[in-house]
Amino acid sequence: MKTPLLQFTNKGIYCQAADVYLDPWKPVDRAIISHGHADHSRWGHKQYITHHRNVPIVKHRLGEVNISGKKWGETFSINGVKFSLHPAGHIIGSSQIRVEHKGEIWVFTGDYKTENDGLATQYETVKCHTFITECTFGLPAFKWVPQEKVFKEINEWWAQNRAEGKTSVLFGYTLGKAQRLLKHLDTSIGAIYTHGAVENMTQVLRAIVDLPPTTLITGETKKEGLLGNMVIAPPSAHGSTWIRKMVPYVTASASGWMTFRGARRRRAIDKGFVLSDHCDWDDLLDSIKSTGAEKIICTHGYTEIFSRYLRELGYDARTEDTQYEGELAEINTSEPEKAAAP
Amino acid sequence: MKQFADLIKTLDSTNKTNRKVEALAAYFNAANDADKVWTIAILSHRRPPRPVNTTLLRQWAAELSKIPQWLFEESYHIVGDLAETIALVVPSSTQSTKKTLTQFLEEMIALKSKSDEEKKNYLVQNWECLNYYERFVFTKLITGGFRIGVSQKLMTRSLAKATNLDEDVLAYKLMGNWDPRTISFQDLVLEEKESDYLSKPYPFYLAYALEDDVSQLGDVKAWSAEHKWDGIRSQVILRNDEIFIWSRGEELVTDKYPEFQSFIGSIPNGTVLDGELLPFPKGEIGTFNDLQTRIGRKTVSKSLLEQTPVILKAYDLLEWEGKDIRGKPYLERRQLLENLFRQLDSNVLGKSFYLSERLQFDTWERVAKERERSREVRSEGLMLKHNHSPYQVGRKKGDWWKWKVEPLTIDAVLTYAMRGHGRRSNLFTDYTFALWETKENGDKELVTFAKAYSGLTDAEFREVDAWIKKNTLERFGPVRSVTPHHVFEIAFEGIALSKRHKSGVATRFPRILRWRKDKKIEEANTLDDLRGLIPSMAKESHKETAK
Repeated sequence: MKTPLLQFTNKGIYCQAADVYLDPWKPVDRAIISHGHADHSRWGHKQYITHHRNVPIVKHRLGEVNISGKKWGETFSINGVKFSLHPAGHIIGSSQIRVEHKGEIWVFTGDYKTENDGLATQYETVKCHTFITECTFGLPAFKWVPQEKVFKEINEWWAQNRAEGKTSVLFGYTLGKAQRLLKHLDTSIGAIYTHGAVENMTQVLRAIVDLPPTTLITGETKKEGLLGNMVIAPPSAHGSTWIRKMVPYVTASASGWMTFRGARRRRAIDKGFVLSDHCDWDDLLDSIKSTGAEKIICTHGYTEIFSRYLRELGYDARTEDTQYEGELAEINTSEPEKAAAP
Repeated sequence: MKQFADLIKTLDSTNKTNRKVEALAAYFNAANDADKVWTIAILSHRRPPRPVNTTLLRQWAAELSKIPQWLFEESYHIVGDLAETIALVVPSSTQSTKKTLTQFLEEMIALKSKSDEEKKNYLVQNWECLNYYERFVFTKLITGGFRIGVSQKLMTRSLAKATNLDEDVLAYKLMGNWDPRTISFQDLVLEEKESDYLSKPYPFYLAYALEDDVSQLGDVKAWSAEHKWDGIRSQVILRNDEIFIWSRGEELVTDKYPEFQSFIGSIPNGTVLDGELLPFPKGEIGTFNDLQTRIGRKTVSKSLLEQTPVILKAYDLLEWEGKDIRGKPYLERRQLLENLFRQLDSNVLGKSFYLSERLQFDTWERVAKERERSREVRSEGLMLKHNHSPYQVGRKKGDWWKWKVEPLTIDAVLTYAMRGHGRRSNLFTDYTFALWETKENGDKELVTFAKAYSGLTDAEFREVDAWIKKNTLERFGPVRSVTPHHVFEIAFEGIALSKRHKSGVATRFPRILRWRKDKKIEEANTLDDLRGLIPSMAKESHKETAK
């Protein structure tokens, strides 16, 4: 039997013909990285290849590593295998990785969403034979509404809290969600303050994208100065001593998981906004269809359920075990950054 | 309906009790009277009977969503709530409805007798034109079990706030049988009636668990002990030739326990007793399992009444000759109670009225010895009460302490896990535990003995949840079998032989005491170890029942 172009090994997704790994979870010689989240870009590889917008993110997180940046659609060959990166729309610099060898084309999505969020380069369909897809929200219960609507709600919530003399604390991933929130907050309502982890990452991204001004909360920050304003913090800050400074405050989380009433109540968060950097059910199905692929491999999320449904639709679909987490860390207190620290 | 759905949305968006009360009070001020009555009915578990069975409901929802049935079921397992699942999967709508809550409920009542075809049309029509929250509320009203983090008490408090009526009086008014279809808001809530005050109970005095060494309580002679019974804490009120029984949950349960009707005439009017309702099969105190056969029943059959009669173990007297005597010292109240007990006639004495004995000791060692006897006499431990203590309001430290026996514990292996519900949906938090049993051929196998879903911290639950998701062996709907790997120390209050359990043993209130990361599964306990914990008396009486 012929060796498949990409194999799932205990180190990651492996291209034997090129001796390259895609988003490996154990240290390898050469890795092509889809995006900067900790479960995809890990520590310890000898060489990193990624989109140039992801380079500063990886350097910020992992320090000085041997890394090279590519442009969208730029083809590079390794041992005769052609690779190229295409926008995945998940976060700034996130790519799908296209692999072509002897007329066979595979695409690995990493994480992706189809909606244009105004920051990440919008997702593009890449035609392929085999499509390796995430399915974090691969359940018909997940249906996103356009982000304009969600941000209108978020801004109304902020304005109302301000009118009641309370500080708004909004939780979102340090990388990606935090900047997406920043970008679309209505700064005419008040000032935006940040938690240290959010501030550091935001500073890195300011070199790449335009973001409204933020103020880091420090020991000197006056409680009175925060009143009525917005604080953006990572989910792990919820319930910490750090947050006590904000009293009186109201909390909200922006995540796809906020679809479930239980997810919000479990974390004792006041308000949940359904806002995700992943595809919803229909987006997943539409994307898969557009690629023209017949073979589908599901890597993380509701993989068993989703691939079974794909098989019923006539695809040759299966599940492979990986160590990607999707948006899971956004409802748990442990930040992905921490979870992956060496 | 829009108002009601908005209310649910607001209640859903806060964890703070005060905000919930505010939102409910605002609703009660703004809604029309008929909707108010229905809202009270819904939030006090008086929904109309379910008009459609859930199997059909699930089929129709899957059909409308154009997804296969199995996919709907999987989604349901993960979401954890049927109405929420339906509201999420059926195609979304941005429309809203003009119909009132009352109109919807009247339609639902009428729906019950309609054909399946008509039911389906009605549901599909509404699902298609309601927005997310309205659809969720609409479906929740159909499926029943309207649990949205608002207790009856919270609802009553909000209504009191909106109407400026006394909360306790209101609680009584909302008790008993009333029909939301016919009663007006005026009659149900606003009208003042003499009888509203007749059944009014006193707030219960509750004790904290003793944490320090018992000798820290000082002179043992200043204290009395009583056994702490494992039944339903209740207040029995006799006024105006009527009897009212209130449970600790502030629920009027008079109708469930007809054996106490004999108190009328035997116990003078103007008497309020504090005590424990206990099951009393075969003339001795039964287990909480026995009591469970009575708790859920509104009407009690003659045979059940004979099989599992209920008695009152009285331990305090709060009102005597129509006067509130809670301020008197404990010993004086006990004296009056014991006098009352001695004068009882044969209608109640030795039938449904028992006295919880007051015990006095001359050393704390003797008190401790008595506590050791608790399981033998079917109590949970001791109550320690200061001889001069007044009967206080609510949970207070100082004068009363509960000193329960240490729970029984055993080390068991995690074998199955299920997703939790409500705030724990999508997280594996409900676990099944097993113990070792040696088969006839000498092989060892794990036999399920208990389920538990409390005792770990949120962080531990997340850790176990993540482990389960990575170590699943098989999936059975919402349940997963996992690799036997983790050992947990399980604590429980009581234990008895049982024919209904696979292990042959039933445990009372099992919960996780701690995660024994230091233990391998081979070091977990055996079923024989568990059997060894059963007190000999329970074994004997079980043998008799088995005959």
